[in-house]
Amino acid sequence: MIRDHFRVLKVDLSTGRGQIEEIEGRNTYAGGSGLATFLFGRMGFPDRVWDDPEQPLIFAIGPLTGYFPLMSKVVCAFKSPYHDQYAESHGGGRSALSMRFADLDALVITGKAKRPSCLVVGSRTLEVKDVHYLWGKSVQRTGQMLRRLAGGSGHRSILRIGRAGENRSAMACINVDTYRHFGRLGGGAVMGAKNLKAIVIVGDESFELPAGKEYAPLFQKIYGQLTETSMMDKYHNLGTPINVAVLNGIKAMPCRNLQRTSDEAISGITGETFADRTLLRNAACAGCPVGCIHLGFVREKFSEPNQYLYRQVSYDHEPIFAMGSMLSVLDAFQVLTLLEIAEKEGLDVMSAGVALAWATEAFEKGLVSEKDTLIPLKFGDARAYAQAVKYLGAGANDFYRLLGQGTLKAAEHYGGTDFACVLGQEMGGYATGEVFFISQALGLRHSHLDAGGYSYDQKQKGKDVAQAVEFLVQDEKARVFLTSMVSCLFAREVYKEAALAECLSAVGYRNLAENIDSVARRVQKMRWQSRIKTGFDPESVKIPERFKQVVTWKGPMDANYLDSLRKTYAQRIQEMAKSEESSTA
Amino acid sequence: MKILSTPRMERCIGCHSCSLACARLLHKHLSWDKAGIRIQSTGGLSTGFEAKPCLACDPAPCATACPTGAYSQRKGGGVVVRKKLCIRCGACAQACPVDAIYLDPSGEPFVCIHCGRCVEFCPHDCLEMVEVPVRTTGDESRKGARP
Repeated sequence: MIRDHFRVLKVDLSTGRGQIEEIEGRNTYAGGSGLATFLFGRMGFPDRVWDDPEQPLIFAIGPLTGYFPLMSKVVCAFKSPYHDQYAESHGGGRSALSMRFADLDALVITGKAKRPSCLVVGSRTLEVKDVHYLWGKSVQRTGQMLRRLAGGSGHRSILRIGRAGENRSAMACINVDTYRHFGRLGGGAVMGAKNLKAIVIVGDESFELPAGKEYAPLFQKIYGQLTETSMMDKYHNLGTPINVAVLNGIKAMPCRNLQRTSDEAISGITGETFADRTLLRNAACAGCPVGCIHLGFVREKFSEPNQYLYRQVSYDHEPIFAMGSMLSVLDAFQVLTLLEIAEKEGLDVMSAGVALAWATEAFEKGLVSEKDTLIPLKFGDARAYAQAVKYLGAGANDFYRLLGQGTLKAAEHYGGTDFACVLGQEMGGYATGEVFFISQALGLRHSHLDAGGYSYDQKQKGKDVAQAVEFLVQDEKARVFLTSMVSCLFAREVYKEAALAECLSAVGYRNLAENIDSVARRVQKMRWQSRIKTGFDPESVKIPERFKQVVTWKGPMDANYLDSLRKTYAQRIQEMAKSEESSTA
Repeated sequence: MKILSTPRMERCIGCHSCSLACARLLHKHLSWDKAGIRIQSTGGLSTGFEAKPCLACDPAPCATACPTGAYSQRKGGGVVVRKKLCIRCGACAQACPVDAIYLDPSGEPFVCIHCGRCVEFCPHDCLEMVEVPVRTTGDESRKGARP
């Protein structure tokens, strides 16, 4: 719905009641990332711990959600159990369109339910249901049972957590519609701490189209660009796993806990191999005709003779890196098996894989014993990892509980901080060089998608610190406006600033269309303010030794360049956050 | 006469582009409900998707049930819709054997009119307009014309 304010549903789980608030600020904060950080400023408690019941769990969509293709993501914001600071995580599935058609610009959940509960919201629905019988159930089973519990099949989104979230693991994700996730920084634990097993968002409202003649032809033009040109081929064809062979070829694929940057046997887990041997079909987020979700299968013989079951598992570059190359598990079916177990547990697969890679090296070096790991860990031993992922999800003992709070926390206790592959959180699947390492280590979400550092490393030959940091700042600013719309970042080549201005103008947000740069700068700043107010000190960020030992196609890392980048970017972040502009309307 | 058919739904990725296109182009709404074709999983997202389209019955039970003539029999199957005549009684939706008619909260019905505008928006070519013989007398002439 086009409106100059935000329509926000605030639900208090402790009472089971909620209220709609109409909040001014569309032209100031846009939506998505901007709206989330603004709402955290109003409703969050920077000085209280992440699991204080009054801390908000925020979901926000943007002004273009549903109006144009690939405007199909939701921003989830919360105080993170991983670092007890402000965090953002992005997810898709049907969640964005469901929120649009539930007529909510944002959903803010506060309080703690008395019993394990499921929140059901829609344009004409608000209910907190007691689902104590789902506590302890896997992500899949929970989804299956919730389908019967709430109406709106096909036009709803089901968000849920698994055991990891219930156990408040900082690596717990929020699963969205089976194959997508608010993956990183422990959103699942925030739900767990609120006794919130699941959220069902029913998209059951419809809206008049924007007035004016611009909208229809513009939609057609953008739809054509996304479906009839080669711009999105990468995502539709092999999907993000196309990167596996490419990065391995240029010695930039993190392997074996980043002891190496390529592996001779990588062919077992490339995007081509996954497609040839395991791919069942593609799927899409609602509102996206590209269909980048790749679903592979695993088949398991559960008894003789010839009794099989099969499972469908979504795969992408990052999960393949984390549960594949980082663990030296180089068989596509074995990787899918591990991903499926992590999915059931409700673990973020990237964090879990990188954590287990560290645990394996720590085990090899004798820093941890079988008493800690409960099973001998060995690179390439998929069977052991299958068990270890379950231990991590369950928080089976002190070791796994601590590891679930973050690899570095475990390393600080057991030793081995030098080879903990942590850049703010467990690393992403790129060992492209200094700029990427700094981009993730200091990035707001500690995500490879905060800014294109991985791309900069590959395209730029020089070592100009000022130029690299300027790139990170400007690229983050462009991306933060996209995530305020809320666009899928895969569409960033289509939704350049001029196109976004056209889209905003066509649906009636002319003020926003004319002020993209200033709104983007404001949101960028506000997010850093939220982060720093909750305790982030960019200048104290350390880069573990392992990253300095990396050798890529360019040669060994340059420790001085890395350190200069770190210092300069940290200063820029401080400057951005210190700007005089107020973060309130 | 052509009708909309859904012969390749195994290819569906669940993007809802067809429903959104119908609502946008035909009904001038942003909606995935107010559309003549709607998509849902066949029982969870791991099972793939199914469309809920009008099967172009002839005679159409919804037209027979309509007390005001808002829905009347379309040549080739399905119905011709005259919105102005609709009194929002919901009899059409009740009569439809395949749940192809959506009633919005005010009771206004939405059904496929077999215009085919959704077809080009399907990225996986799941949908197709197919020629069907126009029924003249009885049901016999419709054999083999089902989507």
